[in-house]
Amino acid sequence: MAIKQKLVFRFPPSVVEQPLIYHLVKDFDLMVNILRADINPDKEGRLMLEMSGSESNYRRAVEWLKQQGVGILNLKQQITWNEERCTHCGACSVICPTGALGLNRPAMTVSFDESKCIVCELCLKACPARAMETLLEQAS
Amino acid sequence: MGKIERTYEEINEKIRRGEVVVLTAEEVLDLVAAEGVAGAAKKVDVVTTGTFGAMCSSGVFLNFGHSQPRIKMEEVYLNGVPAYSGLAAVDAYLGATALPPGDPRNRNHPGEFRYGGGHVIEELVAGKEIRLEARAYGTDCYPLKKIETAFRLSEINEAILYNPRNAYQNYNVAVNLGSKTLYTYMGILKPNLGNANYSSAGQLSPLLNDPLLKTIGLGTRIFLGGGVGYVTWHGTQHNPSVERGENGVPKVPAGTLAVAGDLKQMHSRWLRGLSMLGYGVTLQVGLGVPIPILNEEIMSYCAVRDEDIYAPIVDYSRAYPNREAGNLGFVSYAELKSGTITVKGRKVPTASLSSYAGAREIALTLKEWIREGKFTLTRPAAPLPSVESGIKMQPLLQRDPDEGGF
Repeated sequence: MAIKQKLVFRFPPSVVEQPLIYHLVKDFDLMVNILRADINPDKEGRLMLEMSGSESNYRRAVEWLKQQGVGILNLKQQITWNEERCTHCGACSVICPTGALGLNRPAMTVSFDESKCIVCELCLKACPARAMETLLEQAS
Repeated sequence: MGKIERTYEEINEKIRRGEVVVLTAEEVLDLVAAEGVAGAAKKVDVVTTGTFGAMCSSGVFLNFGHSQPRIKMEEVYLNGVPAYSGLAAVDAYLGATALPPGDPRNRNHPGEFRYGGGHVIEELVAGKEIRLEARAYGTDCYPLKKIETAFRLSEINEAILYNPRNAYQNYNVAVNLGSKTLYTYMGILKPNLGNANYSSAGQLSPLLNDPLLKTIGLGTRIFLGGGVGYVTWHGTQHNPSVERGENGVPKVPAGTLAVAGDLKQMHSRWLRGLSMLGYGVTLQVGLGVPIPILNEEIMSYCAVRDEDIYAPIVDYSRAYPNREAGNLGFVSYAELKSGTITVKGRKVPTASLSSYAGAREIALTLKEWIREGKFTLTRPAAPLPSVESGIKMQPLLQRDPDEGGF
């Protein structure tokens, strides 16, 4: 059975130098599509990606990544829309690069489709009401 | 004009009897399309409007009550945000754009401006505890020199929202012709015409439904911040003598309102602290004005559609900051709300900084208040200056202050 997931890898500085993606492709026969990477020498790294392949390979890969000290999170839950704080102005709609945040017309209300979100985090500061929130610490 | 004539008294009598007919400035459009202006004027007594946008010229007058011993506050901080206290001993004015002294501002551009006056006002209205710190030089009658305490809105004598400029009648459409991203009070403007940001509710906006200020005047009772407020004066930068369309609607920013109301009966849903990246903090204010349909002429103004309201496209990379005259043309609110406009032959995505959904909800809320008999209309004590006043907004004269005038 095939599986496809959008994930966030968080890895400590010691793992940053390892060719993780190479191993995922070569050793586990997975397809990897990198959405965003935030990797600096001697700092905790973050990698947002879509990973797909057979379920057994996928599970073995996840197990292997955990052994390497990589934290794995579901990308969908990384950016959340605090609907109560949202004033539905729509300022975010021209900043979001993937259309995850958009305006429903003619209702003129904002909606957030998290399946389109690539966790670029541009919305976090573009939203005047600060209605977009993240579980990840801000990259310094 | 026309045969329909209504007085404020007749409308209020219908409100009391529960017979008043109220529609929002959006709802009335279908009726006018079906039955014409005269037909709609015959049926409708009141049209409600609304707007929910960032309004920097907003703030709150506060009276904290007297401490024991007494203090004549010279420096006041609310949750670390400075309030103006060049007033009587325990009076202060907290402005929406005030920042804590320690905020890094734009030192690391664009600054985040996470917390300021607008946020304090939102928390105050929400009933949260506010930290009050004040310093003074001490006098015989006011000996205390320092105080640190906390209070909630319900515990202080007065909190009066007093906004010197709200509800702008039309506004610029901001674009960026330059090659660098701009961080403005009109939001983030991406380079090379990356986006166009506007900020008016258009056909729902209060002053666009009464373009010549025939009904809105001094003392007009309004929806303000989720409660009841009043128009107290024309707003600062009030500029009625500008270019207008045949429908009387100004094509550039024009009239403004000064408004006030008791903060204690307002709601934090409609007074929201905002952080404008690279610009500062401000307050998003919910404001709605009822327009009495006194005659067909007034109805004809309320029948204005987004298609018939035009706004100027202004470059914020050069023209706006340097106060250069001119614009890049005009665009209707119908085009703006479609999501794309054409500027210099290029398709540019649009976004609003004013919530149209919020404006609609305010107009609907005001409509309900009137229908339930909770809100009656007031005849203005005096009109606001309109076209005939000749009032024009003036720029600041810059001259050598040591030269001396004559």
